[in-house]
Amino acid sequence: MSTTTMTFTRTPAEEATARAMSRRRRVMDQIIRLFCIGATLVGLFFLASILFTLLVKGLPRLDLITFTREFQPTTYGDDTAPLGGLLHAILGTLVQSGMGVLIGVPIGILVGTYLSEYAKGTALGNAVRFVSDVLLSAPSVLVGLFVYQLVVLPTGGFSAIAGSIALAILVIPVVVRTTEDMLQLLPNTLREAVIGLGAPKWKMITLVAYRAALSGIVTGVLLAFARIAGETAPLLLTSFGNNVVSWNLGNAMGSLPIAIYQQANSGFPDLIAVAWTGALIVTLGVLAINITARLFLARRK
Amino acid sequence: MSATTSDTVSRRSAGATGDLVFAWLCKGAGLLVLLLLGGIIITLFLGGLPAFREFGLGFLFSTEWNPVEGRERYGAAVAVSGTIFSSLLAIAFAVPLAFGIAFYLTELAPQWLRRPVGIAIELLAAVPSIIFGMWGLFVLVPFVQQKIQFTIGMELATIPLIGVIFDSNNYAGTSIFAAALVIAIMIIPFIAATMRDVFEQVPAVYKESAYGLGATRWEVVRNVVLPYTRVSVVGGIMLGLGRALGETMAVTFVIGNANRMAGSIFDATTTIASVVAMEFPESLAGSLKQSSLFALGFILFVISFIVLAVSRWLLHSRMKG
Repeated sequence: MSTTTMTFTRTPAEEATARAMSRRRRVMDQIIRLFCIGATLVGLFFLASILFTLLVKGLPRLDLITFTREFQPTTYGDDTAPLGGLLHAILGTLVQSGMGVLIGVPIGILVGTYLSEYAKGTALGNAVRFVSDVLLSAPSVLVGLFVYQLVVLPTGGFSAIAGSIALAILVIPVVVRTTEDMLQLLPNTLREAVIGLGAPKWKMITLVAYRAALSGIVTGVLLAFARIAGETAPLLLTSFGNNVVSWNLGNAMGSLPIAIYQQANSGFPDLIAVAWTGALIVTLGVLAINITARLFLARRK
Repeated sequence: MSATTSDTVSRRSAGATGDLVFAWLCKGAGLLVLLLLGGIIITLFLGGLPAFREFGLGFLFSTEWNPVEGRERYGAAVAVSGTIFSSLLAIAFAVPLAFGIAFYLTELAPQWLRRPVGIAIELLAAVPSIIFGMWGLFVLVPFVQQKIQFTIGMELATIPLIGVIFDSNNYAGTSIFAAALVIAIMIIPFIAATMRDVFEQVPAVYKESAYGLGATRWEVVRNVVLPYTRVSVVGGIMLGLGRALGETMAVTFVIGNANRMAGSIFDATTTIASVVAMEFPESLAGSLKQSSLFALGFILFVISFIVLAVSRWLLHSRMKG
């Protein structure tokens, strides 16, 4: 590391300069090292702070009432009034996210299959891949605007169907990505072996390739569900929100993110407390699904 | 004998039909994705057409947002500049931190720590936008107000010339600065993950030769890793920018939602996504206001499409495969 082994002789002045430079380099390295450790700690601190805040403010109302009752107006100034819950929102999120996954996943898998098995290197394939990647990061509120024009206006009102379609559009690019990635990991010899046995290509894909890539596809579905379960903006423009339990897909339907949004901005402490509990439920759910998806993939590897 | 042959033939033709159907299903789904993008662009444009017609190019430059009946005037200037400035400020906050995290995870951290820390950072990206919004409003905004604006900000505001950037008579704490901070926290995981992935693609031989010459870790990163991954690093930053531009709920909570040009980073203003989320649900179908919101959406889509396309292109040129 240092300049002790020399093939030529240096004057003492040169020696001092060399030592100073080497010291400066090491100090610089240490500064950057500390900065990077600091940056990582800051990143982890934010996650910890969010989780800590959610737990502190969300736990007080994490009770049976929250899971079994619908929205109630504030009890502010009237202690005898019934406390409200989030049943309508939890059910609404499960229904709409579930339908979003149900609609979006088959399409996403087909697109991923197309990219990996049919359109490798073609111009159309590259265009589809590119557009799918752009949609993956495109502002979700604009998807809400799109579905508003496409579904809400023609059908005459906000509906759970419209919400599910908006969520399905957000699901597709996530599933496309994971499906294509997983199918590409399969060795070509596997495909050749199945085709060589006389099976048609579509059977090779559906019966063998999908099965071999199953863990990756499941991971994609889980991640997609986690992503849409917390989406607020597109639902605001499509299913709008509802304060009671609704099973009618043609009507407005509540959802956890929207219940959180409305109650957090209500200004009443008791409603804000319910919003925090909702936030805690959504976050723990989403993080749990994410960790499960990772474990699922890791076990496979 | 002949029966088996025809049997084989019919089975093969059944396979061929199945192949055709399945291939077209896949292709159709692919075309649907293209159609989605086209559909989004067209519906946003058509929705915004009445506003574009009414206000012309002036829509882009007008700072007015007046929903009073009979005197309705709408302009995009405040929301567009709010979107761009909050995103750029967020990038300025996020990039050094994301780089630090990526450098730490690829070169500095002990092997056993890399996976858990990497996963924790990725989990930060999974937290829904609205949670960042609530946390931002109830935790970050008071902190920004008390510990940054009222102390450091007020000091900085006394500096001549650049002081105006920090001087604000908005004391609520909800500001473009708070919004940029929240956006920065949200996009750090995306930028850091991209940087980490491209840093890991640098051939080990390159780094080892530099280490062999006596280079420090920082020198290796600065002179070997960064030049090698430059294009992809910019691509990752653009990806973060694309996400920042469209961030909706988190921003809505903390930016103050005022239709005013922000002269200072502590002023309240608004962004396109935030205006749409706030005002669209209460706008009347077919009204000029709703059309103006569609027009804003169209502008946002065009901006983020360009940024995301450039990002994709930069990331693809190096990270092929």
